[in-house]
Amino acid sequence: MKKLSGKLNERGKDRLLGLCFLSPSLLGVGVFFIIPFGVVIYYSLIDGVGSRNFVFLENFGKLFRNSAFLLAGRNTLSFSFAAVPLAVVLSLLLALMLEARIPLKSQFRTFFLSPMMVPVASIVLIWQVLFNMNGTVNEFLAVFGADKIDWLQSQYAQIVVLLLFLWKNLGYDMILFMAGLANIPRELLEMADVEGASEAYKFFSIKLRYLSPTILFVMILSLINSFKIFREVYLLAGAYPYETLYTLQHFMNNTFDSLDYQKLSAAAVIMAIVMVVIIALLFKAEDWFGKDVEG
Amino acid sequence: MKKKRYFGRAGIFLLCALFAVLFLLPTVLTITNSFMAESEIVANYGMIFSTTSGGFVSKTVNLKFIPDKVTFEQYASGLVKSPDYLLKFWNSVLLVVPIVLLQVAIAAVTAYGFTRWRGKLRSVLFFLYVILMLMPYQVTLVPNYLVADKLGLINTRWSIILPGMFAPFSVFLLTKFMRRIPYALIEAARVDGAGEWQIFTRICLPQCRSALYSITILVFIDYWNMVEQPLVLLKDADSQPLSVFLSNINSGEIGLAFAMATVYMVPCLLLFLHGEEYLVEGIANSGSVKG
Repeated sequence: MKKLSGKLNERGKDRLLGLCFLSPSLLGVGVFFIIPFGVVIYYSLIDGVGSRNFVFLENFGKLFRNSAFLLAGRNTLSFSFAAVPLAVVLSLLLALMLEARIPLKSQFRTFFLSPMMVPVASIVLIWQVLFNMNGTVNEFLAVFGADKIDWLQSQYAQIVVLLLFLWKNLGYDMILFMAGLANIPRELLEMADVEGASEAYKFFSIKLRYLSPTILFVMILSLINSFKIFREVYLLAGAYPYETLYTLQHFMNNTFDSLDYQKLSAAAVIMAIVMVVIIALLFKAEDWFGKDVEG
Repeated sequence: MKKKRYFGRAGIFLLCALFAVLFLLPTVLTITNSFMAESEIVANYGMIFSTTSGGFVSKTVNLKFIPDKVTFEQYASGLVKSPDYLLKFWNSVLLVVPIVLLQVAIAAVTAYGFTRWRGKLRSVLFFLYVILMLMPYQVTLVPNYLVADKLGLINTRWSIILPGMFAPFSVFLLTKFMRRIPYALIEAARVDGAGEWQIFTRICLPQCRSALYSITILVFIDYWNMVEQPLVLLKDADSQPLSVFLSNINSGEIGLAFAMATVYMVPCLLLFLHGEEYLVEGIANSGSVKG
């Protein structure tokens, strides 16, 4: 009996010790993220920081009637909708290409990863040289008789930014896929070879299955990074860029300038909800897709 | 059959080479152009960044890799003649170094807590960190702003450093590394009478040395290029880091911009070249959200 209680006490002590290790971080995360986010939710439900009357969903209603917010939301959605699948497919392609027995493999990996370290400002500079009215791309296209266009002020603006996004992120995503590919059990692929399976079968039925957690992760990562492209767009085109480049990030940033807490809070809450929903859906999809692989 | 394979591989190689050129182009361009004299820059890019300095301007833009004459003129004017850029560079250092060191240190302790003790509460908390990690800046900046405002930290470095210290990314990554340390190792130390802190510092940390390094590189590169936080939290132009300030270089000084961008790239470049294997390992291990 004595021994048992001793053990119980030890377990209690153990728990306490565990919490000690977690406490600095929990404290910081609580103070800087969780508690203020609670305040943000509260702010999104009241009519003003001064009067503090509960108006429930009125702020959200206003937001959904705000044309700038709607435009920004639409642009962000359409950009992410194009950027995420492209990033997944192209980076998987790069990873598969580097699986082949070709020379200079590790150099290629380094080169593909190199955009990571280029400062944002210098990227912006180069992109201006390339896509300006008098830029290199126009000059090149002129050879084929195309008219000059100011790319960032045209309907193609989103494509230019998309190229920038892919250039910057493909290397990182490729590394993730390379790691995923390396984790596929070799015997499985060899067995498929022995049984005379086609490359297509091996890819779709074996590799893709095993890669599903990686695909999920690359999708989530690309989604976050597609929000981060605001950096470059902001530096390229300022606070009020061409219409299709005006994203939720611009909206938030410009609202910060006017410090409209209700608008800001409501927008942040909506974005958080949308993110949680998307992430939950992706998790569910991954569970369903890769259920007989894990474990 | 064999021949077909061979041609297939040659095709893949050429495709890789093409991609490599495209990926490297902006980096190489930035570096080589930083050694051009202003007159050459104006001649090449004058059409884009209309300058008033006169001189010969080529009718079309000239994308040029090799300078006619290598000069350090741009570096001299950026670093020696005016202290502005050095000051902004120093601002970046003052912001990023504390964030990286403190974030990794706190993450190490936290990850140990998440690794050694597991339970329902622990996994709920860990999931919370994952969700937080996945939130875009535009969501977390609003709470950060509120706290900084309440504590009177707006326009000070601390408004960026404090939340940065507790960013969950390194906790997440490091926990995944630590979970791979064989439990027997920890158990053996316990039997020998080591306390938790000793196990943490003497057994656990040495085991994740490479992980700590790779996380440091990843976090450094991320914060070195930050734009969103300084834009919102540092209104004062003097305290802006170089990452934001670089974009303010006015269009008459494109050569200078290339040179300063190269200077700004140097820390990342060194970390990258020195620790590429670690970096790749770090990225590879961030590969799935679960587990």
